Parts: sequence; C-alpha cells; structure tokens
Amino acid sequence: MSMATTEPASLRLVYFAWVRERIGLTEETVAPPVGTATIADLVRWLKTRGEGYELAFENETVVRAAVDQTHAKPATAIAGAREVAFFPPMTGG
Amino acid sequence: MTPLVRIQREDFDVGAEIAALTSGNPNIGAVVSFAGLCRDESGRLAALELEHYPGMAEAEISRVAQEAAERWPLAGLLAIHRFGLIRPGEQIVLVIAASSHRREAFEAADFLMDYLKTRAPFWKREHLADGTLGGWVEAKADDDDAAQRWEQVS
Repeated sequence: MSMATTEPASLRLVYFAWVRERIGLTEETVAPPVGTATIADLVRWLKTRGEGYELAFENETVVRAAVDQTHAKPATAIAGAREVAFFPPMTGG
Repeated sequence: MTPLVRIQREDFDVGAEIAALTSGNPNIGAVVSFAGLCRDESGRLAALELEHYPGMAEAEISRVAQEAAERWPLAGLLAIHRFGLIRPGEQIVLVIAASSHRREAFEAADFLMDYLKTRAPFWKREHLADGTLGGWVEAKADDDDAAQRWEQVS
C-alpha cells in the first residue's frame, strides 16, 4: 500500500506560565492529524483534547506561539517544525 | 560588535559589567546602563518568580540586540536577564550600551529595553507578602505602545 500523504511528524510542544498550568504539562510530544498545517490548525486540534486545553486556549487571540524558538502568528506554517511553544503575553524586563 | 546576552539565575554587578564592556576601548565616550529592579508594590509582594523559555530567551534577546547594533553605531552592547525567585530591591534585568557619543547609547538602551519587555519569553508571577502565591503579572498595553514607537522610521 503506497502512502500518498505525508505521515504526520511527531512534534514537541512546550507550555509556559498559565498556559502550562491550565494544560497541566510542561511539555509533550504529539502527532497532529494530517492537514494540521498552521499554528491555528494546531490550536483547533489541541482544544479537542480536553478541558485543560480548552481553558488554555479559551481566548485564542491572547495566547502567543513560537515555532522552533521564533515568535509565530496563527497563520505560521508548522511543516518541518521540531518544537512549538504556547505561552501568555510576555512580562519580562 | 557582537552584542553580549546572558540569561542567569545569579545576580550581577553593574559596575563590573560596565568596566568589562568598556575596558580597552578608548573610543567609547558614552555608556548608558539601565537596571530593572523588583518592586514590593507598597508592601504587597514578597517576591517575583520569573519563568523563562530556555534557549528562546537568549535567542530572542540576541535578535533584538542585533537589531539595535545595526540601527546605531555602538562600541558595546550587553543584556542580562535573570530568572527564578527575585525579592524586592533585587535586580532583574540589565542593559548597557556604549558608543562614541551619548545619543546612540541612550537610544539603543531604550530600544533594547522596550523590545525586551514585549518579545523576550519571560513571565512574572507574584509571591504575596502574606506567604500565599499570587497571580501571573498581566502584560501592559503601555509596553506594546513603547515598543511600537520605534517602528516609525525617522
């Protein structure tokens, strides 16, 4: 049987601050479904994985993301990414 | 000139950092340093806990520092950001910019701090004076506005 579509690669997700607390994990490795192309797609899928995720992403416009340690937007592609991070707006300095 | 960026748990010595950045460069005529300290918010706080994203914290501050180095003629640029539990009166962040003349050093330090606040992956959590754990500090719209003003190309 030939594989017409690319098998979803495993992706490391890391969470910080209240996103981490709501999800209840500091990090995890996931295999998002085929067709998960962007950060927005990934968030949509994560929200189906339980109450903690729903709570963490209840206001999607607030949560920030980074792809391989670079700031990303909802439309940013995740193809080939090794690590995606989700976190609240930053409060350093 | 390659900017120096350090992310560390330990405290830093502002005088020693200025000396290290400027020594051996007699072309430097101006040094601007900014140190951010932990406030107790009128007695309300026992400490701030700073969480960070290891790897990205260094990378992102380095990107901002590199932008500053391209924008102003600098002889030296340093940023140090601490993480972990920091008590009122203790130092959290340090930016030092050195240049031939003062304007560049002032502006580069200001720019670096403004962007560091909105782009560096750090999050502050309050520890309250009564011994309980407080909430996460919310990002301020003021900080976004402060960073935004550098977008207006002069």
